[in-house]
Amino acid sequence: MTELLVGTRKGLFALGGEPGGPFEVTARAFAGEPVEYAMRDARSGRTLAATTSPFYGPKIWVTDDPAGDWEQADGVALPEGGDASLARIWVIVPGEEDGLLYAGGDPGVLFESRDGGSTWALNEGLWGHPTRPDWSPGNGGLCLHTIVPWPGDPGRLLVAISAVGVWLSDDAGATWRHSNEGIVPRYLPEEARGNPIAHCVHDVRRAPTRPERLFMQFHDGVYRSDDGGASWLDIATGTDLPSDFGFPVVVDPADPESAYVIPLVGALDRTTPGGVVEVWETRDAGATWASRSDGLPAGDAYLTILREAFDSAGAGDALELYFGATSGDVFGSGDAAGSWFTVADHLPPVYSVRTA
Amino acid sequence: MAVVRLRAPLSELAGGREHDLEGTTVRELLRALERSCPAVAGWVLDERGHVREHINVYVNAEPAREETAVADGDRVHVLPSITGG
Repeated sequence: MTELLVGTRKGLFALGGEPGGPFEVTARAFAGEPVEYAMRDARSGRTLAATTSPFYGPKIWVTDDPAGDWEQADGVALPEGGDASLARIWVIVPGEEDGLLYAGGDPGVLFESRDGGSTWALNEGLWGHPTRPDWSPGNGGLCLHTIVPWPGDPGRLLVAISAVGVWLSDDAGATWRHSNEGIVPRYLPEEARGNPIAHCVHDVRRAPTRPERLFMQFHDGVYRSDDGGASWLDIATGTDLPSDFGFPVVVDPADPESAYVIPLVGALDRTTPGGVVEVWETRDAGATWASRSDGLPAGDAYLTILREAFDSAGAGDALELYFGATSGDVFGSGDAAGSWFTVADHLPPVYSVRTA
Repeated sequence: MAVVRLRAPLSELAGGREHDLEGTTVRELLRALERSCPAVAGWVLDERGHVREHINVYVNAEPAREETAVADGDRVHVLPSITGG
């Protein structure tokens, strides 16, 4: 059975089922509260969720059983007495040491936990970065939404912040350098595109068998890096992709040439182009793209799929893919996008989907 | 001493609806509440010491802010605003 953790505007839903058929709701938590993100740490079996109560602020919660009691994690806050407050936790990602987890949030902050998520500490290197006064938020805020460890090397880390860009660390987060070479922020005036930290990255995934290779969905572009994020290559222009705007990107862990994106109309629209829901796949590192959408809505379907709402399980021919939309629909594929089925269709607006 | 009156879920975190606390302003009372009931820390006041945007505070019958003065015997109500969707 496959289990999904679906963060929605009205709580967390755990869904379970077999690829090909609808899934059942096996647990619901935080009813009525926005759940930005939830994931299960395969090392400990613990489930972590990030909530943003409109009244009581952002929190991280931890449990051994999503249907049972949750404990609030400590330390998920900015320094007291300053002029900033934590607005939201966007993402939680396991690190490359036992018990190590990272969480990213708004305003462009990274937290670290070394006890499996019970207590957290602010990453001071990024918080105190001298360029911080020059950082500008995107439409979703100054969100640190992407955290990409390097397999087997806890010292190397990539994070991305909208609308600032990619940051790299080679010393486990003690120091950071921006790394946006090759990315063209077309939303800026031509004269301003040389700004090295005005880049609205939407998502980045790493090819685990070739960790120097990364794929990026940018605000208006799709990019690849073959040097660990030091530089980026446009892999959308001149291809058949119906739009280079989108939010999430996913890779097949078995194939470093692979990536999946879900194009949306850019600018203010941000819905599936022409009312057709399509997942596009590359198997040649972005040289060519093909729609792999059999079974997805083919008309009058104007969906928005947010950056954390697309994930995978397995690899190769057994690759499973799942994504959710703000319409409350969740779709899945059990055959590497060869065909799609409806997982759930009446959930609240979906913010995140993660396989457990 | 003033009485801070809470509603759920704050009352559950704090172990009760009413708390007798010392303080001369709303902020001082809320800080005293956090010291008395650490589980409430971060739920009402943010890191800046501001009452969170969608929480309303009343001193007796009047809407109040962080610097509103509080006297002995006052009742300070902390409750979520009518918002959402």
